[in-house]
Amino acid sequence: MIWTLARRELRSGTRGVRIVLACLALGVGAIAAVGSLRAAIDDGLATDSRRILGGDLEVQSGAQPLPDTLRDWLRGRGAVLSDIVTMRSMLIAPSGERQLVELKAVDGAYPLVGAAAVTPGVLGAGLADAGVVLEPVVLERLGVRPGDRLKLGQAQVVVRGTLMTEPDRAASPTILGPRALIGLATLPATALVQPGSLLNYDLRATFPPGADVPGVMAALRAAFPEQGWRLRTAAEAAPAAARLIEQTSLFLTLVGLSALLVGGIGVSTGIRAWLEARARTIATLRCLGATTGTIFGTILIEVGALALLGVLAGVAVGAVLPLLATWAFGDQLPVPPRLGVYPRPLALAAVYGMLTAAAFALWPLARASQIPGAALFRDALLPARVQARPALLAGNALLVLALVALVVLNAEAKLFALWFCVGAGLTVLLFWGGGAAIMAGARRVRMPGAPAWARLGLSNLHRPGAGTVLMLVSLGLGLSTLASIALIQGNLRVQVLNQLPAQAPTFFFVDIQDAQLEQFKTTAAAQGATRIAEVPSLRARLVSVNGTPADQVQATPDTQWALRGDRGLTYSAMPPEGSRIVAGTWWPADYDGPPLVSFDANLAKGWGVGLGDTLRVNVLGRDIDLKIASLREIAWRSLSLNFTMVASPGLLARAPHTHLATVYADAGHEAGVLRAVTDALPNVSGIRVADVLGAVAALVGKLGTALAATGSVTLVSGALVLVGAIAAGQRRRMGDAVVLKTLGATRAQIRAAWLVEFGLIGAVAGVLAALVGTLASWGVVHFVMRADWVFLPGTLATVVLGCTALMLVFGYAGTAAALRAPAGPFLRQE
Amino acid sequence: MDTALPFPATLTDLIQVRHLELTVPAAAGPVNILKGMDLDVGAGEAVGIIGASGSGKTSLLMVLAGLERATGGAVKVAGHDLRALNEDALARFRRQTVGIVFQSFHLIPTMTALENVAIPLELAGTADAQDRAAEGLRQVGLGHRLTHLPGQLSGGEQQRVALARAFAPRPKLLLADEPTGNLDVTTGGMVMDLLFGLRETLGTTLLLITHDPALAARCGRQVHVMDGRIV
Repeated sequence: MIWTLARRELRSGTRGVRIVLACLALGVGAIAAVGSLRAAIDDGLATDSRRILGGDLEVQSGAQPLPDTLRDWLRGRGAVLSDIVTMRSMLIAPSGERQLVELKAVDGAYPLVGAAAVTPGVLGAGLADAGVVLEPVVLERLGVRPGDRLKLGQAQVVVRGTLMTEPDRAASPTILGPRALIGLATLPATALVQPGSLLNYDLRATFPPGADVPGVMAALRAAFPEQGWRLRTAAEAAPAAARLIEQTSLFLTLVGLSALLVGGIGVSTGIRAWLEARARTIATLRCLGATTGTIFGTILIEVGALALLGVLAGVAVGAVLPLLATWAFGDQLPVPPRLGVYPRPLALAAVYGMLTAAAFALWPLARASQIPGAALFRDALLPARVQARPALLAGNALLVLALVALVVLNAEAKLFALWFCVGAGLTVLLFWGGGAAIMAGARRVRMPGAPAWARLGLSNLHRPGAGTVLMLVSLGLGLSTLASIALIQGNLRVQVLNQLPAQAPTFFFVDIQDAQLEQFKTTAAAQGATRIAEVPSLRARLVSVNGTPADQVQATPDTQWALRGDRGLTYSAMPPEGSRIVAGTWWPADYDGPPLVSFDANLAKGWGVGLGDTLRVNVLGRDIDLKIASLREIAWRSLSLNFTMVASPGLLARAPHTHLATVYADAGHEAGVLRAVTDALPNVSGIRVADVLGAVAALVGKLGTALAATGSVTLVSGALVLVGAIAAGQRRRMGDAVVLKTLGATRAQIRAAWLVEFGLIGAVAGVLAALVGTLASWGVVHFVMRADWVFLPGTLATVVLGCTALMLVFGYAGTAAALRAPAGPFLRQE
Repeated sequence: MDTALPFPATLTDLIQVRHLELTVPAAAGPVNILKGMDLDVGAGEAVGIIGASGSGKTSLLMVLAGLERATGGAVKVAGHDLRALNEDALARFRRQTVGIVFQSFHLIPTMTALENVAIPLELAGTADAQDRAAEGLRQVGLGHRLTHLPGQLSGGEQQRVALARAFAPRPKLLLADEPTGNLDVTTGGMVMDLLFGLRETLGTTLLLITHDPALAARCGRQVHVMDGRIV
């Protein structure tokens, strides 16, 4: 029976619920698109993991060459090997133009998996006989072509071609400059490899099909204990990229959920309006003997079918959007996605959509099912209030809990996702409460001397049936999301672009040999460098902490990075600038006893170590025990020279090492300093801080754009709900306008009254959105990004003013038709 | 537009209508509703307008209230040439001069009875709008219903609120369009007693549109309208 009734009722199609469908489609579409893209990237990462890693297994030893015993051990297990050395260096063109590059020296076996595309020719030929292949941007910046000769360290190399694709790029990304590939045989002639140079030795291995690679890795650890090499298999080919993708997709999904939440409010109001239009039919059915159950079942099927339509539209959008996004922005992604239809994220988005629709439609459904037959004889058909029956409350609570559980269980950062759900719930309550407060305030305010339009505008806010709360919530949620994103992005931008450059040096120079130090200083100073600071630089690999091997130390997630790979190490008689001793004491200036170390207080806390504990490090193949003498708080953002580990002079001062320097120079002298230093000292590389900050700013910009794009879906959703709310009140406004005009109100008075109403709603929504944005951005910046939060009054003012303006535009546009309505026809119709 | 038609020099005339024409567009082509009406109503006079449905009674009222624009002829009310006024000037004219009572009340559903009555006074910037509105409601016997919304009032009560609203600004002219059309005989009689009583007290000129000859007979003069003309 209920199916028959529902089918007959649905003959009228989607008229009256199109906003509901659009709200659901938008939210579900955003979540499905993010999920699909994430799945496509994950799939790409998994499918191409061997290619991305460049083999089945990688051994990284930092600045320490890998021993032949390791190669023999691996060959003994059927491995095919490839050696790679990576470092930063300067390429100098005959014209004198120079470019910092991420240099990668590879052997003939490279790449073990996949292929590097080089134009013209092939990689092997390109790298033979001191050849170099370069990313297109290097050729462009240096103004060179294949056949030209370049200076690399002490060597002359010949440009052989353009590197179009590098198969293992995601696993070893270029950070400070574009890629330059040379043959391993060319490397010695460059003289870039010096004791203490900042470089990395990698060994990659492929095994015969069916080999137990994790087993081999475990055996390797056992065979070479205390080596501290970083081992990884193809399963964790690009952990940094994977982490970035995971975090970005979580943010985007949560923003998508915000859109769905706003859409849910649209569902609630849209379904309510739709049921109001059907109230007479429902009352008639009740008169004809339909039970509450029959009515509820019928409209449940109808609403379910309509919601499903909206959700399916969203799923379709979510399936197609990644294809378009990849086509348009594929080159911006860290890992090429493997495009296809991924049922799991689509199904998950659909479940989100249906649960949201159910959670928000339940009350209007209950309200409609309580329409009595006698309502046919009254003006107001829908009951004003729903009886909060226990089953209804339990049902709604269950739906909300299911939604929260789904969000939390599907997020990698579960605590963060839970906070988001709590925050979203509180935000809805805040705006709901704000709406109620506006209504109560407007009801209480007495303005005897105020013009009629002002009083009329205020009374519009609290009159029965006023859409104040709905408009405030729909606009406010969308704007809160955008305000949060704008403030997070603004904070990152301020820290990267505004705060850092004010105190940052112009250049970092690396790999300055001991014997070159004086020449370096003289050369830089002669070219106008205003300030030069240098410290000794050694590469150290952490072997153990208080006897516990580094890979077994129980560290907090945010400090685990420091246990892996090579770390910078310096020695100093005096405490370095930009740090403050928070525990212990600094050693005397003439100390020459057993090695001591001043350690990063934050890492010490994360590793659970303190004063008197021992860090064993390996420097140039020799293990050295460093006893912690003091802990320092380090101001990394000052970009002054600083290290997590600063050792006492003495033993380390006698080890071969290079120097690291910061140079400050005016804009007019920058080029001269770089040119003079790298001409005089070809092995020294200059890193321009502005370029690095620019690259970071560009990355922040891209992430911000992705977030803002998803966030604007929330605003569009909110705008749809707002339009629906204004449209729902349109007939009432038209009637009011006509009657007011009949009573002598001018258009200006009516318009002013509406502007007061919409302006107040917009202003309050703006202030609340700014408050929510401030709190949310503080939480994310402080707890997730672990950075200092900066108050941005300009951004907040933009949110408040933009919100008010938006509301005025919507309100004015929505009611302009009502204002234009001629009185005569309306009064006749009535 | 021709507004230069001569008006007779009867200074006491509140309404002067000459060759009034009203044509409205319709899907099937323009419809001529008023086809050259002439009407003079003196200040303080009560005139009953009688005619069949569709004869043009309500259109005449709309034009006199400045809610419809005449397409031909001339209309002067209380010295205002209505065809020369723009929409906002017409609104001010209504505010100062005209009170209207409709068959279907046209109260603002989301305002209380007091607010409905006070709104024309507030629009006119009257300082004691609320007090005067309350007094007006007491005069029509609704002093106990000030805070009720229209939906909470009976039809007769709603029409009494509409009466109080129409009389609140002390208009020179009251236009009433079938004010008892939606009411039963008893309630309708009571509302009309109130209307005539208030008119008497305030000396308001009345133009009453009705089907009911008995009601029209309570007016000093009856005018018959047929097919857009006064006969």
